[in-house]
Amino acid sequence: MTSYFHAVTLNKDKCVGCTNCIKHCPTEAIRVKEGKAKIIDERCIDCGECIRICPQHAKMAVTNTLEEIKRFRYPVALPAPTLYGQFKAGTTVDMVIAGLLELGFARVWEVARGAEIVSRVSGEYFREKELPKPVISSACPAVVRLIRVRFPELINNILPVDSPMEAAARMAKMEMEEEGCPLDEVGVFFISPCAAKFTAVKNPIGRRKSFVDGVIAISDIYGPLYGMLEEMKGAPRLQKSTGSGIHWAVSGGEMRLLPKRSSLSVDGLVNVAHVLEDVVMGKLKEVDFIEALACVGGCVGGPLTVENPFMAKTRIVALAKRAGQPVDLLPELPEGTKWQDFTWTENLQPQAVLKLDDDLAEAIRKMEALDEIHKSLPGLDCGSCGAPTCRALAEDIVRGQGNEVDCVFKLREKVAELAERMVALSSKLPPSMNEKKQKEGKQ
Amino acid sequence: MNDKSRVEPIKIRFPVEQGDFVRAGEASSKIKRLLLQLGFSADVIRRAAIATYEAEMNIVIHSWGGFLEAEINPLKIIITAQDKGPGIPDVELAMEAGYSTAPEHIREMGFGAGMGLPNMRSCANEFTIESQAGKGTRVKMAIWETEEQA
Repeated sequence: MTSYFHAVTLNKDKCVGCTNCIKHCPTEAIRVKEGKAKIIDERCIDCGECIRICPQHAKMAVTNTLEEIKRFRYPVALPAPTLYGQFKAGTTVDMVIAGLLELGFARVWEVARGAEIVSRVSGEYFREKELPKPVISSACPAVVRLIRVRFPELINNILPVDSPMEAAARMAKMEMEEEGCPLDEVGVFFISPCAAKFTAVKNPIGRRKSFVDGVIAISDIYGPLYGMLEEMKGAPRLQKSTGSGIHWAVSGGEMRLLPKRSSLSVDGLVNVAHVLEDVVMGKLKEVDFIEALACVGGCVGGPLTVENPFMAKTRIVALAKRAGQPVDLLPELPEGTKWQDFTWTENLQPQAVLKLDDDLAEAIRKMEALDEIHKSLPGLDCGSCGAPTCRALAEDIVRGQGNEVDCVFKLREKVAELAERMVALSSKLPPSMNEKKQKEGKQ
Repeated sequence: MNDKSRVEPIKIRFPVEQGDFVRAGEASSKIKRLLLQLGFSADVIRRAAIATYEAEMNIVIHSWGGFLEAEINPLKIIITAQDKGPGIPDVELAMEAGYSTAPEHIREMGFGAGMGLPNMRSCANEFTIESQAGKGTRVKMAIWETEEQA
């Protein structure tokens, strides 16, 4: 198996070895070792929670720079609808698109339109195919990976359709080809609110290869774009998306386009995990569809955004309203495509990274040991050992990646024990000396 | 003799209180997490999660309290749900889908649809229920990791 690529990484120079990140990681994928945070690759789902929480800003996302678009003769920008909500009131979608063209992109293909395609495809899928209920949206790559790691029982509930990003990238390439641009000279760049999307490009979901060539963080393009907007005020009509697609930037945006279903929308990874847990236990039988997004508020809450997510949400809702939101009247699929084109070609596999051993019998033995060690630890979950909880340390010890005395309280106990023994020893003298002293005393 | 059957099973027991809807589901959730760490297959985890949750809810809703126990060995998971309570007067009737003895105030909360026991039976490979009126109920379920009996 090839090692899994991650967009979320650590800037070692900035990391001071505090334990804030380990405490907030939803998959317990970080440990602090030798004064620096360490991400356990197989466990990380690229949700970006640590990027948000790190007081030193030592956690970052690997993305492409704006410079890199020059590698291609025809760079195409794929702005996430979230980008539209990053700028002050009065900024129109046309202005943002014009600004992107000014920055050097040859074309702009709105991901909001990709979202409209995905909504239509999802509708067709529901009509034509049977899926276990509730069906779970595949739009958020962090949630998809959370399911693969922590909820393998729900893998078959995931809707096997492309993400709006992939749909838009596919369409962009199709159109450029039709215009006569050789595909090896076309570079499609997603303007992203999150790190997980970059991971999803490198490790595609449901496909062998992504249609996207690069990912640029919204936070990186924000500055250059912001400086340009003032001059874009008279921009012509460039927007092709409707409010339906723009609305996908906020939680509930996808769900509202499946109007005849009983749907549930949940955002924030902790909340998502909670809902999925309930699904596994059969508690949410009345729900047909779940829209689950890792970030609070939806993609507007992404770790690579700039604007306050609640402000951004207000703007997205306003922009969507202005663009019109035909809930029952989604745009037709682009000419020359059929809905099946936007469904997955590869099956999703669970990633059993949490299991203690490949052999069940051995795993049970290890679990027994884990429980014993856990009981012996203080239960403070202080994080001083570098693991997020006492149970996590116990797990590390069982896996051979930790030591009992990593726990400061255990260490203290051991030191005290040792000190007592030393005191006891210090009062003892060799028998020979003892005898000598006795004799001396007699004389 | 299979090496797997010689492993000492893990046994965990959780007390379940009557009417404690806030904590209801916690025991099932913990058992589920354990099974994931042990590396059981997705289908086994799913069935075990549903079966334990339904059993746990039955204790919360219908009894005066009891416990949920999971005995885990590499070949199967044995779940026991035992409670003190009014018991089930007619077990056969209770096994029918849609039959419920849940009182009105419980049904108003959306529980007591009479699907608990039939659900549990459909999730388990082995299912037994013993109930004594005025004393309590014991449900024992086994979920197999492999197709063959342990």
